[in-house]
Amino acid sequence: MDLGSLLHCFESPGCIAIQFINALIIAMILFLVASGLTLILGVLGVMNFAHGSLYMMGAYFTYTLMKYTGNFGLALILAPIGVGLLGVVLERFFIRRVYGLDELYQLLMTYAFILVFDDIVKFIWGSFDLSVPPPQTFRRPPVMVFDSVVPYYYLFIILAGLLLVGAIWFFLTKTKYGKIISAAAADPEMLMCVGVNVPLIYTSVFALGSLMAGLGAGLATPLRSIVPGMGFAIVIESFVVVVIGGMGNIIGTFMVALIFGLMRSFGILGFPFFEMGFIYILMAVVLIVRPYGLFGKART
Amino acid sequence: MRLRKLIRSYTWLLLLAAFLIFFPMLFPSLAFVNIVSEMLIMAIFAVSLNLLIGYTGLVSFGHSAFFAIGSYTTGILLQKFSAALPSPLLVSLLSSMILAGIVALVIGYFCTRLTAIYFSFLTLAFSQIIYTIIVKWDKLTGGDQGLVGGIPKPMIQLFGLALPVSSPFQLYFFITVLALISFLILKILTDSPFGWTLRSIRENPERMNFLGINVRKYQTIVFTISGFFTGLAGALMALHVSGSYPDYAHWTKSAEPIFMIMVGGLRVFTGPILGAALITQLSAYVSKYTGAWGLIFGGFLILYLMISREGILDVLALKWSGFKKFREEK
Repeated sequence: MDLGSLLHCFESPGCIAIQFINALIIAMILFLVASGLTLILGVLGVMNFAHGSLYMMGAYFTYTLMKYTGNFGLALILAPIGVGLLGVVLERFFIRRVYGLDELYQLLMTYAFILVFDDIVKFIWGSFDLSVPPPQTFRRPPVMVFDSVVPYYYLFIILAGLLLVGAIWFFLTKTKYGKIISAAAADPEMLMCVGVNVPLIYTSVFALGSLMAGLGAGLATPLRSIVPGMGFAIVIESFVVVVIGGMGNIIGTFMVALIFGLMRSFGILGFPFFEMGFIYILMAVVLIVRPYGLFGKART
Repeated sequence: MRLRKLIRSYTWLLLLAAFLIFFPMLFPSLAFVNIVSEMLIMAIFAVSLNLLIGYTGLVSFGHSAFFAIGSYTTGILLQKFSAALPSPLLVSLLSSMILAGIVALVIGYFCTRLTAIYFSFLTLAFSQIIYTIIVKWDKLTGGDQGLVGGIPKPMIQLFGLALPVSSPFQLYFFITVLALISFLILKILTDSPFGWTLRSIRENPERMNFLGINVRKYQTIVFTISGFFTGLAGALMALHVSGSYPDYAHWTKSAEPIFMIMVGGLRVFTGPILGAALITQLSAYVSKYTGAWGLIFGGFLILYLMISREGILDVLALKWSGFKKFREEK
């Protein structure tokens, strides 16, 4: 334990600000990935362990696009679309077969894809760490917050993240398509009866979820190293967020992503190597006390 | 008649024992001994996990926790307290099992409040808590490096006999004997009324509740037994690789025995053993000749899910019972 450095941090506004910004960055990226996961879980009822691999593919797509075009904005648009298309292929040919089956088969199918994708990535890109430099546009003198340095790109992620949170919320609750999605989650058979092509909705939800994973990955690439097996960590973190927030609950996912970011960025000062421990303890407590999640509603 | 049935249902164990003991005596090979040791360890792991998955219908994603507790307990006790303990090896193994069993009792007590996917997630959360504790507590566990520097394997003092287990061959026979005993105990357990109660709980927990069976109590007990034997598997693994690593506690380790169970068959007692043997063997060969274990194994799993979805022995058992019925009708 290193409580001293945590207390020391609380004495300086600069340190609090920088840890807070770090927390927001963790939260934004995690929210994007986890909201895709919760959407797939809520609507399709599939525990998609391959979601982390889709995130990884998003990161590698971004890397390749950056390498050949050098245009980060373009990469940030095309990479998620690529991941979304990959999601369509996955859903149409494979994941579709395990809908409604025992979760064992879902685990097996999606976990198998983690193994496959990790090896594919090793063959195409090699097993070394890759990195993407921060985009040109953001290479300017950093912002000073209470005499702590905050790179421009951090602010961009936070802003973009907040916009996307709003957009996803609006899309799922206010548009017709969003309402069809919640109908598909509640009663797919009834929805089929009123003439909606439910299998198509399922494919599109999976593609949308994949796209969000790709978007999170695209935003994260300039900050994190890209390496095969990077999906393992993010998928388990996303599951933690989804479970604590209540499965299928977008607002809950966002709130818990924030809590996760704060616990992680401040926890790493006070309890290095054990910051994740508290998050898992929170997950266990929530599951025992409120299995439907902090922000979910009990199903009767 | 009953005796014949009894003998028939344990023939596989006798055959397995004969093969495991005599084959390496006739054809001593270090490679064989090494790989079969690992197979047997994973088979204990998979069979004890299958008590939950196949027999009780509870999918635990967190069994890596008990495997790691077993392997770290034996590793630490032998590394640091070898001189202080009487009969150190057996005491370490027993402590591994008991500690894993106690932790399983506590975790199981909470997890069995939940059902289906929530149960799985809670086991996952607990195993990740254990994982972070192992990584954090580096004074005891060696942190993310693991327990390195080798684990001593003192002689076993039993009934005035001294059995050495320091060479791979000696250790192999030790592991074989323990694995066979574990299989025997677990097989007797699954054939007992307790085992049939578990199957009924899997099929219809509500109804069992109405019948006056305390479902949660049964689930907690079987969770504990499962953790107890998983602890043994972990302890043997620590001896086999002469070390213990945080990876043993990571959630990805929990997936391995699940694969073995699913491939071998989860409705037949020997299914997980076959699965463990196949997957361990395959993994060794594929990794030796290509670098693409994940691609090949993952692809194989996906194909298997698309085509049959039944474990090998499940299919055979179904065919066999159909054949028997056919013969009886004739």
